[in-house]
Amino acid sequence: MSATAVETTTKLPVGTWKLDPTHSSASFAVKHMVVATFRGRFENIDATLAVGDDGAGQLLGTVDAGSIVVKDENLQAHLGSPDFFDTERYPELRFASKAIRRDGEELVIDGELTIKDHTHAVEARGTVTDPHETLGGAVKIGLTLETIIDRTQFGLEWNAPLPKGGFALANDVKLTVELELAQDGE
Amino acid sequence: MRVLGITGSLRSDSHNGRLLRTAEALLPPEAEFVAFTGLKAIPPFDEDDEPNPGTAVGRWRAEIGRADALLFATPEYNSSIPGALKNAVDWASRPFATAALRNRPAAVIGASTGMFGAVWAQAELRKALAAAGARVIDRELPVADVENAFAADGTLAEHDQELALGEILAELLAQADMRIAA
Repeated sequence: MSATAVETTTKLPVGTWKLDPTHSSASFAVKHMVVATFRGRFENIDATLAVGDDGAGQLLGTVDAGSIVVKDENLQAHLGSPDFFDTERYPELRFASKAIRRDGEELVIDGELTIKDHTHAVEARGTVTDPHETLGGAVKIGLTLETIIDRTQFGLEWNAPLPKGGFALANDVKLTVELELAQDGE
Repeated sequence: MRVLGITGSLRSDSHNGRLLRTAEALLPPEAEFVAFTGLKAIPPFDEDDEPNPGTAVGRWRAEIGRADALLFATPEYNSSIPGALKNAVDWASRPFATAALRNRPAAVIGASTGMFGAVWAQAELRKALAAAGARVIDRELPVADVENAFAADGTLAEHDQELALGEILAELLAQADMRIAA
């Protein structure tokens, strides 16, 4: 039995890749009341992946903080208030990559995340697909990323003690983006 | 710059009303201080009354809406906020997304005849205001033994407390300035 050499793709797809917002999402998950996982999402997001001929890429992303969506309108309003995202003063969350490493479908991105004017380094891990021609000849890639942040480092410090110990909200929050990006035709 | 002062005490000669007047004297000339006097007229919050909450609630919300900053001075009843004051906060928190309190800079001070200076009531009021969406200054001014807390000229007898009150007001006005400038 002969060994077959498999070439692992380490290069990012060259070009400028722009977000298809309808088919992309940005969400968060955080432990709530110690026992459960509470999830929410942001409706309005934008992202661009630019990859040069040398394979070096940069991912830039923004999230409209005021577009947060949860299942209760009062909670949604509270999340936008100064207790949490303070959308009046900090309307946008930002991400800018510093280094992108690809190994096959696996993707590791080092970057800086900014929430409420607090900027910290984060490492996001996920996957990236190869380009695929879709309907109408549009060439697309898919990109998923996850990272866990300590929300208190970003000025999101609200909490409430529980009567028998513990707190209403954990500090660690998992952020997930699932992006469909289309090759920019210009 | 308009600062609305609200005391949680309904008593005409209340200590916390006096504390508000002390705060008023420390404000810079460009800050206009207005004392809210309609707390007693605000009816108990009832969701059934929300479509037509009445003139007292309307006036309360309008006064908040006209103010650039809110300064609350609260006594402490049974280790907590006076019911009338909490009730007013509840009215001003609805509907949540467009409430009068939303993003409004607010500071809380307080006085009591006891030895703790209404510190628990202040903490609970800050919590309630923040939950209602206000931009709450995270500081307190517990004026204890209030019957002996004021000098003859109306200032706080303890110099450190007078300084602390000035610092709280400066922080409140700075937050209001940021909001006006935005």
